Amino acid sequence: MNTNILIVGVGGQGTLLASVLLGNLALENGYDVKLSEVHGMSQRGGSVVTHVKISDGKVGAPLIEEGEADIILAFEKLEAYRWLPYLKKDGALYVNTQQILPMPVIMGQAENPADLDRVLQENTGSLKAFDAMKIAEECGSSKAVNIVLLGAASKDLPFSDESWMKVIGENVKPKFVEMNRFAFTKGQQA
Amino acid sequence: MLGNEAFARGAWEAGVRVVSSYPGTPSTEVTENAAKYDEIHVEWAPNEKVGVEVAMGASLGGVRSLSCMKHVGLNVASDSFYTAAYTGVNGGMVVLVADDNGCHSSQNEQDSRFHGRSAGVPVLEPADSQECKDFIKLAYDISEKYDTLVLIRSNTRVSHSRGIVELGERTEREIIPYEKNFRKYVAMPAMARKLHVAQEERLARIAEDSCEWDINDVQMGGDTSIGIIASGICYEYAKDALPDVSFLKLGIVNPLPKKLILDFASQVDKLYVIEEGQPFIEEQIRAWGVPVKGGKDMFTIQGEYSARMIREAFGEDVPEEGIDTSDAPGRPPLLCAGCPHKGLFYVLSKLKTTVMGDIGCYTLAALPPTEAMDSTLCMGASIGMAHGFEKATGSKENTVAVLGDSTFIHSGITGLINMSYNGSKGTVIILDNRITGMTGHQQNPASGKNAKGEPAPAIDLKTLCEACGVKHVVEIDPFEVQDLEKIVKEETARDELSVIITKRPCAMIVKQPDIPNVITDRCKNCRMCMKIGCPAIEIRDGRPFIVSGRCVGCGLCARVCPFDAIESTAKAGEGK
Repeated sequence: MNTNILIVGVGGQGTLLASVLLGNLALENGYDVKLSEVHGMSQRGGSVVTHVKISDGKVGAPLIEEGEADIILAFEKLEAYRWLPYLKKDGALYVNTQQILPMPVIMGQAENPADLDRVLQENTGSLKAFDAMKIAEECGSSKAVNIVLLGAASKDLPFSDESWMKVIGENVKPKFVEMNRFAFTKGQQA
Repeated sequence: MLGNEAFARGAWEAGVRVVSSYPGTPSTEVTENAAKYDEIHVEWAPNEKVGVEVAMGASLGGVRSLSCMKHVGLNVASDSFYTAAYTGVNGGMVVLVADDNGCHSSQNEQDSRFHGRSAGVPVLEPADSQECKDFIKLAYDISEKYDTLVLIRSNTRVSHSRGIVELGERTEREIIPYEKNFRKYVAMPAMARKLHVAQEERLARIAEDSCEWDINDVQMGGDTSIGIIASGICYEYAKDALPDVSFLKLGIVNPLPKKLILDFASQVDKLYVIEEGQPFIEEQIRAWGVPVKGGKDMFTIQGEYSARMIREAFGEDVPEEGIDTSDAPGRPPLLCAGCPHKGLFYVLSKLKTTVMGDIGCYTLAALPPTEAMDSTLCMGASIGMAHGFEKATGSKENTVAVLGDSTFIHSGITGLINMSYNGSKGTVIILDNRITGMTGHQQNPASGKNAKGEPAPAIDLKTLCEACGVKHVVEIDPFEVQDLEKIVKEETARDELSVIITKRPCAMIVKQPDIPNVITDRCKNCRMCMKIGCPAIEIRDGRPFIVSGRCVGCGLCARVCPFDAIESTAKAGEGK
């Protein structure tokens, strides 16, 4: 079994925590796992991507390449589009429908591609587009958007609910654990 | 475990007692993680050169020591590095350098292996997190056995990937008594000549011995028609791409284990060298007269490689490319909402000032909408360049040097002394945000805390500048944009050297009230607020709009609004 998950978003959206959770889940469940992250300049509101490669054998290179991702978790719609070539033909895309316009678009120097929803629909094996931000806010914090997306994607991942709850408990600040567990459940139901 | 975390763990297990580094992506987390171990004295040095010197002193004092830096940091440290390579060590000493293939967070892609070769230092190159830990431990044994400094070369992908790491325990080591030996430690000409001969002999011994080390791994595959020599992360890409061919995975890349390589070359039909960056290994092998079928004639010197790229180069199948999304507008990084630098760059943009820039978050001000930066070269260069520009044009008019507090201490202060000494009338602006921002908020000598987060003396930048002979030093909050504009005009017009210190803490360390601002119906759609480049302000329905979830309530937009149309939601609430 090999599962490649690409987590994409805008610097500051909490993509790193999502990948660390997946890494710990894989470890907890006896898989080999490698993650590759972005630190430094791109974290300042730039386009960010984290690679998560899970295997019941051995993971070699830490990077997922074009056409190799089983799942893309996208924290923002334009970023989902940008990284779409990385998704397998039958891959699953989970996308938070919230949009953050990049500066060139705000400045009127560039335009977002037209008809994003249709393009995403036509180029994915399965698409789940939903307002994860709204659900996160309802659970108590907009920062929980990463956990909501993970909750939604959990049906495609080989980890039990108990395992998820345990790893959330171990990787989130104590006072936010319950809120995040709740957000995870809401993501599952989304 | 993150590669950088594994390096720190390995150093701890190896019994390291002293770490002195300067932060720099992608190396920073090694030192940050080392600081979590009570047994290790960990410090942020003002620059990499001092870091290496502290580690060298600790080695002389008889303990294992470490200094970490990014690739360009090794240039700064090279003065001490090259001669420490002659004298050798007492306690084991390692310099860890993280290159940035692909320029994720750097101004160039230089290849640190050449520093190792040029200085005559053994260079080890790990490929994953487990090797990060194992190789640094081995490096200390090599350092003490052969009496040499050892360079560990990482890069962004190794340092910033996570993998499973098997942990060990720390071995405490006795302090090796220091013995005075001026023939070894005083590098004056007569000694240096002898030390250089000793170094040559040492490297020859390592080149021979390392042929037996298990960090160099010969894997004769089912297919011996193709043999690949690779090291570090490139080995992982090549192995994924061509799992059946034969490999020589090198753990040491300087000096090269010549016999091992010759032996491997003789067993395969076609030899390839796959290495990111310069043809470091390839050229040496070719110089021995060994035929190399493919190397840099197949692969670029720029950026990171991938298994796909290697498959394609060898004519293998690759997954079909799906939809082309290259029309997606770019999303360059930008200064945060609430960032203190925004106030200054709004003013400099408005005044169309020529700005000699520097290395830090503020380099982002070069991008739209502020576009308030004319040059960025390296740490501290802003000041020297502003001085040279003034000497060339004969005028300092509307020209400034801009750099951060940590960068000023790193290597800006010598430039300021030069300006003072050599009769500059220029203006230097120090962006004092009380932290080393871009690398992830490390303490520095002006921030009042040390690497362990304990209180420490804070250098007073104003007093320091005055001591350098600058008569006009002004401190101001960069969000006081009207006053700041006046001061910039005054100081750049003044016929004497001056320094402006803009003081306001980084928005990521001192949280703003987080009460969002709103644009009221007094807005005339003049879009002055768009000129600060705030990520919280968008255009919606043809007018500026503040996205409340992203606004931190800093109020800079309200200060630049000529119609007083922006107010805090707290205030708006009171009015109702």
